[in-house]
Amino acid sequence: MRLSREEVRHIALLARLGVDEDDLERFSVQLSNILENFEILQQVDTTDVPPTSHPVALSNVMRDDEVAPSFAPAEILANAPQEEGGCFRVRAVLE
Amino acid sequence: MAQYDLTIHEAHRLLKKGEISSAELTKAVLERVDEVEGKVCSFVTLTKDLALDQARQADERIRAGACSPLTGVPMLLKDNMCTKGTRTTCSSKMLENFVPPYDATVVEKLNAQGMVMVGKGNMDEFAMGSSTENSAFHLTHNPWDLERVPGGSSGGPATAVAAGGAIYALGSDTGGSIRQPAGFCNVVGLKPTYGRVSRYGLVAFASSFDQIGPVTKDVTDCALVLNVIAGHDPRDSTSVDRPVPDYTKSLIPDLKDLRVGIPKEYFAEGIESGVEQVVRQAIGKLEELGAELDWDVSLPSTHAALACYYIIAPSEAMANLARYDGVKYGFSARDAESMWDAMGKTRQYGFGPEVKRRIMLGTYALSAGYHEAYYLKAQKVRTLITREFADAFAKCDVLVTPTSPTVPFRIGERVDDPLQMYLADVCTQPVNIAGIPGISVPAGFVDGLPVGMQIMGKPFSEEILLRVAFAYEQATEWRQRRPAV
Repeated sequence: MRLSREEVRHIALLARLGVDEDDLERFSVQLSNILENFEILQQVDTTDVPPTSHPVALSNVMRDDEVAPSFAPAEILANAPQEEGGCFRVRAVLE
Repeated sequence: MAQYDLTIHEAHRLLKKGEISSAELTKAVLERVDEVEGKVCSFVTLTKDLALDQARQADERIRAGACSPLTGVPMLLKDNMCTKGTRTTCSSKMLENFVPPYDATVVEKLNAQGMVMVGKGNMDEFAMGSSTENSAFHLTHNPWDLERVPGGSSGGPATAVAAGGAIYALGSDTGGSIRQPAGFCNVVGLKPTYGRVSRYGLVAFASSFDQIGPVTKDVTDCALVLNVIAGHDPRDSTSVDRPVPDYTKSLIPDLKDLRVGIPKEYFAEGIESGVEQVVRQAIGKLEELGAELDWDVSLPSTHAALACYYIIAPSEAMANLARYDGVKYGFSARDAESMWDAMGKTRQYGFGPEVKRRIMLGTYALSAGYHEAYYLKAQKVRTLITREFADAFAKCDVLVTPTSPTVPFRIGERVDDPLQMYLADVCTQPVNIAGIPGISVPAGFVDGLPVGMQIMGKPFSEEILLRVAFAYEQATEWRQRRPAV
């Protein structure tokens, strides 16, 4: 199992993680090494074993629909990198 | 004894009798922080003024006759639990200036008891690591040997409690992040059953593994803190609605009628001989205390636990960390050509190397063509590991293992080899995979370096874990040793 630089570039794009050439090389070596060690999973017999997604068997936890105060816009916007007119400012999505 | 060396229960006795004030105790702890922080570096943020203010309020409560066990006792919070008005960084550049608009549920609960918070503790960035070397801000040093790591990711909390910079602390544990540093620093650390403590306000890492728990100087303190933080929370739909007992009632100093299993897979390849010797002696002590030992316990899928953990946890982490896009809060890269470019650069320069590695690993494990071979396969192995624990607990009340296969390693020794670093949590990850509780209790020393013993139990068996840990602790002197720092 060897991850190529191109595969690493593709995964970084999926994760929206900017990478430089050094990152590509380092991740390619390190992730390949890690995944090679994880081949051990394939040796475990899991025939007829269902997957576990969560340690506690809970389903559809509901709460009462009650009116309660929410955060004031100013509190939420206090951490915004850029704000304008009471909104988060973002870059143009469509150029 | 110096005031900063007090346990919660000792401090409480003195506060209640009026022999000391919370203000006096808090000043003593803050002076101790001044003395050792330059060497140990447990803190990301020191909240002196807040602590002194909270101490004055606690003293008023005590004068009014409302002195509960945690009232006015100075503590440290790992820096991944939200504190209204105090920055919560996760030791990441991404959240360096993030000031939460709300308190985590555990903080609300501690506040209701008259909490005194001396600061926020250093950690591996986003709790990803086993040595606190992944903090974006600074290293934390083990007070037993400043050239060695304190363990991680709750290195700040464990070192502060060990060195007297806080009477107790809260940590979080996703794969061993409370127990492993507790073991490395000769303090007590408990990872409660998944769902026992609310995760509301805990910055998410791997949502099906994360739990908050106490880091304390002894087992009595551990029970006192768990009494306060445990319980159902409507704001965390994965917290479990189940009564909270008084955990101090289970602190009985004998182990009659208890069956202790020793899973052989934890005493195999990779364990240091000194650590093995210490833990075997500790197990002998459990037998002297009346426990029946079962050396014939096997958890055969243990060898696949590390891979299982490092597929599932990064998969959950990559989804949780998708929120850091530079728009709503946190670091935001400006020098970019487009929206996508800005997002990529925000994450490139805001996250450190280990966080990126795990995001990449998780993204790969979930990507088209690999989902079944990695993520789904790991989830099936998770079922097997959980079943094997259930089988073991059908014949044993608890299982006992080392907390970590080694003593604290040297700073820098593993930082360039991710797999070696991952192995530091090999004894603790299975507990998170199965969602069961685990506690690390001081078990002795190898060449002056602490060794922890881990006690694991079935879901919601914290009372039994605390009983075993307490009986062992009372029969030994390890908890009374303090590092010479």
